[in-house]
Amino acid sequence: MLLAVVVNRMAVALLTLAGVAVVVFVLLRVVPGDPIAMMISPGASAADIAALKAHYGLDAPLLTQFWIWTKGVVAGDFGTSITLHVYVTEVLASRLPATLELAISALVVAIALGGGVAVAGTLLRRTAGETVIDGLNSILLAVPDFIWALALVLLFAVAIPVLPLTGRIDPALAEGFATKFYLAESILTGRLAVAGNILSHMTMPTLALALPLAAVIVRLLKQSLKEAMVQDYVLLARIKGFRELRLVLQEALRNAVGPTLALTGVQFTFLIGGTVIVERIFAYPGIGNLAIDAVINRDFPLIQGLVLLFGLIFILINIGVDLTVATLNPRLRHA
Amino acid sequence: MEHWSATLATSTTDTGPQPPSVAARLAGDPKVVCGGGFILFLIIIAIAAPLVAPQDPLAQNLLMATVPPAGFAEAEPGYLLGTDGLGRDVLSRVILGARVSLTVAFVAAGLACLIGSLLGLLAGFLGDRADAVISRLVDIWMAFPPVLLSILLVAVLGAGLHSVIIAIVVIDWTRFCRVVRIETMAQSQMDYVAAARTIGFSRPAILFREILPNVVPVLIALLTLEMGIAVVVEAILSFVGLSVSSDTPTWGGMIAEGRQIVHEGWWVLAAPLVALFATVVAFNQLGDGLARSLDPVLRR
Repeated sequence: MLLAVVVNRMAVALLTLAGVAVVVFVLLRVVPGDPIAMMISPGASAADIAALKAHYGLDAPLLTQFWIWTKGVVAGDFGTSITLHVYVTEVLASRLPATLELAISALVVAIALGGGVAVAGTLLRRTAGETVIDGLNSILLAVPDFIWALALVLLFAVAIPVLPLTGRIDPALAEGFATKFYLAESILTGRLAVAGNILSHMTMPTLALALPLAAVIVRLLKQSLKEAMVQDYVLLARIKGFRELRLVLQEALRNAVGPTLALTGVQFTFLIGGTVIVERIFAYPGIGNLAIDAVINRDFPLIQGLVLLFGLIFILINIGVDLTVATLNPRLRHA
Repeated sequence: MEHWSATLATSTTDTGPQPPSVAARLAGDPKVVCGGGFILFLIIIAIAAPLVAPQDPLAQNLLMATVPPAGFAEAEPGYLLGTDGLGRDVLSRVILGARVSLTVAFVAAGLACLIGSLLGLLAGFLGDRADAVISRLVDIWMAFPPVLLSILLVAVLGAGLHSVIIAIVVIDWTRFCRVVRIETMAQSQMDYVAAARTIGFSRPAILFREILPNVVPVLIALLTLEMGIAVVVEAILSFVGLSVSSDTPTWGGMIAEGRQIVHEGWWVLAAPLVALFATVVAFNQLGDGLARSLDPVLRR
């Protein structure tokens, strides 16, 4: 059953990706403004421009261009970046780990922070503490990652200048890595000073991405927990003499976590989308920052590769969420 | 025939004590009053910007560059929130920047609402093939990261206010479409729709005169929330340099300049950021309050 659902979802997902690819391909080419115009010097002749267009295959008919590109993609070749003069797959492979480390750190922080506050709010229910949490959270729910990022800049780079403002790691320390997963690698190889340096660079972008998600988690999880706390099984556990904290963590949480988990998955795709602007603000070298440059320079092959990559990440997250929810909730397994 | 549906609707709800009128409920909701009050204040400021702004927002004065806000050492009289790197008055620029933000909020969110709701109404009411096509389209649309898509669209359309508005409409119609579709489907199952059908209302009449008025409350709340989103998207696009030309002050453009000189003049970043924050929170609180006051299901 579960397998059939996954296969079905994958098929639909691949079709969606194909649709996305076609839309982007056509959109990029039917509108004025092409990458050649961005790279030529003002004195270039018409012949020079034509030669450059032919060099990048931009003079062929639209269908031919699409056919060539599709053949390449199926064979794992996304073309060459027009501005960076490197294979698109190479650029993406070197930038993706930075974004993955950032997004996953933000997800972990959001779950810890949001879960913690939700549990605290449940313990404090019907007190002034809950009112404060609800009031603050209703404001925080409205604040997007863009505003958080800049507020954090003012706080930790200007008012209390304790964190580095830009980059992923001090350039002097960025030597001797076997992979591009700097954080994971430095922790696994025990280079804790390096890991600390990376973490200090990641703190602000991670928080900017995590805080909006944490606010969403607080609202939904606290609601579910409060509903669970008045159920019979919690009452039974209470009669057995379990402490309040244990009631929340062991009895209520297990039953209340489902909806939050599903929503967190959907919100995680928003978080990944948010890396685009947050990486820009902190000059963090991931695929989001790369995407803005690619778009500004009209680097067609790079944009196409990035859009497919983002689309693929979104689809994988959605399938992962469905599977997790289905595994945790036996009632949904056959839905 | 209007009466018929009206009596049907009221006869079921008239059993208890009369609930307070919508206007009274709205006036009693602190979220609506505070959020709406701030937005109203902002609209007045934006319209009267040339009269309210203490300085010419475009006038450069390099002798007065990065003057701190009033109350700080080396502050200059007449520059309440200080000046930016080119000696332009920050307060005046924040005031004028409200114009772009509010224009985008109302125009872009309004158009997205119009298009999304129409498609949502059709999908929810017609069902079958129309629903399948529109739903599939929404799914494909939502596979794009919104920020990336908006930057892509604006880069493709060329920088400018029109492009920003088009980009927001093209991306965010799906929010309205999804909600309105589900709401329309739910309303279509209601007795009053069956009644309207029985007495021979045409399908457009049922959709626009019977169902639409019942979807509007949800729509108003959603529209208000969307305005907050539109303000942020405009700021992000201005920040990246893809919105209106750089001689028109925008909050996002000011934030980008402030980000560059954050160590020399933090107020150049802080002032537009606070304005943006307050506006977004106000739209959200207003939307929350409206949803609570207008939604018949959530009414207590």
